[in-house]
Amino acid sequence: MVEIPQVIRAFGTTFLNMFKKPITEQYPEEKHLYPPKPRFHGRHQLNRYADGLEKCIGCELCAWACPADAIYVEGEENTDEERFSPGERFGKVYQINYLRCIMCGLCIEACPTRALTMTNEFELADDERGKLIYEKSDLLAPLLPGMAPAPHSMVEGFTDRDYYSGKVTGATPKQIEEAGN
Amino acid sequence: MGIEEKLPAGVLLTSVEQIVGYARRNSLWPATFGLACCAIEMMAVGAGKFDIARFGMETFRASPRQADLMIVAGRVSQKMAPVLRQIYDQMPGPKWVIAMGVCASSGGMFNNYAIVQGVDHVVPVDIYLPGCPPRPEMLLDAILKLHDQIQNTKLGAHRVAEIAQQEVVALATTPLIEMRGALK
Repeated sequence: MVEIPQVIRAFGTTFLNMFKKPITEQYPEEKHLYPPKPRFHGRHQLNRYADGLEKCIGCELCAWACPADAIYVEGEENTDEERFSPGERFGKVYQINYLRCIMCGLCIEACPTRALTMTNEFELADDERGKLIYEKSDLLAPLLPGMAPAPHSMVEGFTDRDYYSGKVTGATPKQIEEAGN
Repeated sequence: MGIEEKLPAGVLLTSVEQIVGYARRNSLWPATFGLACCAIEMMAVGAGKFDIARFGMETFRASPRQADLMIVAGRVSQKMAPVLRQIYDQMPGPKWVIAMGVCASSGGMFNNYAIVQGVDHVVPVDIYLPGCPPRPEMLLDAILKLHDQIQNTKLGAHRVAEIAQQEVVALATTPLIEMRGALK
């Protein structure tokens, strides 16, 4: 058998590569084609119950779990006039410093009410340090249909335990009226 | 830098700004400054899958004299800080800096005596990029945001007016120590 010269074999590889599809991701133009994996650790989100009340109870467990000290929480008592979450307390101040946060997800593991989860959003770069400290208003989940913005009272006859066990399905007319005021 | 700085303010200067911005934006040459794990992602950006050559950035220059963008990728130790500054000083102007990753931006989880708590203590930073390390798309996003910034950079008389305006705003802001917000 005649052996193919090395030079031709080598250029053959080059030649064959001309017919391969390019592997380059066209990032800003075609980014919808390359979404991060669903488990990707992106920006945080503070979730709500189905009626719009916040899940965060201001317990600071996330802040304690944080290895980089990126989270600052200040809790306050809920009152009957102004209720942000079911139960006794809610997170009044909630800040995450994204210039410290290492996206490890320990805060998500620590959260007892699943109030804190992570989204797949990753385009966070900015030109000032101050802008990268996200406040509660930046982190709160958007209101879905059927939700009324807090503060408003709990669903009539429901306790905080019913909320935790997921029995609430949406805002009642009374809650919507309260939120409107 | 040159003759464009001497132009009188007005339509001419605005068009020159746009042209200069366009040229600068599309020929950024990054200096190699990988310090830690972020550098791996930075290398990935340079390679085929993400390919920053699409933005006219080509390869990373090993010499600061040929570079006008420094991507500080990784934690900067106190001992590295003077080296970083020297590299920055050797780069010809106009030059930009991206603090890539939380360690370069603020010290990140290394809040200790060995690490500089943000490279903005040493060099002026244009874009802060969070993430530990940021995925290559995040770096591309930061680069695109820097492109926007460069495109809209003012020159000459406009720049002088802009600085004066910023000074007025800065003087009118409440100092941090007097701020009484949600934090009491």
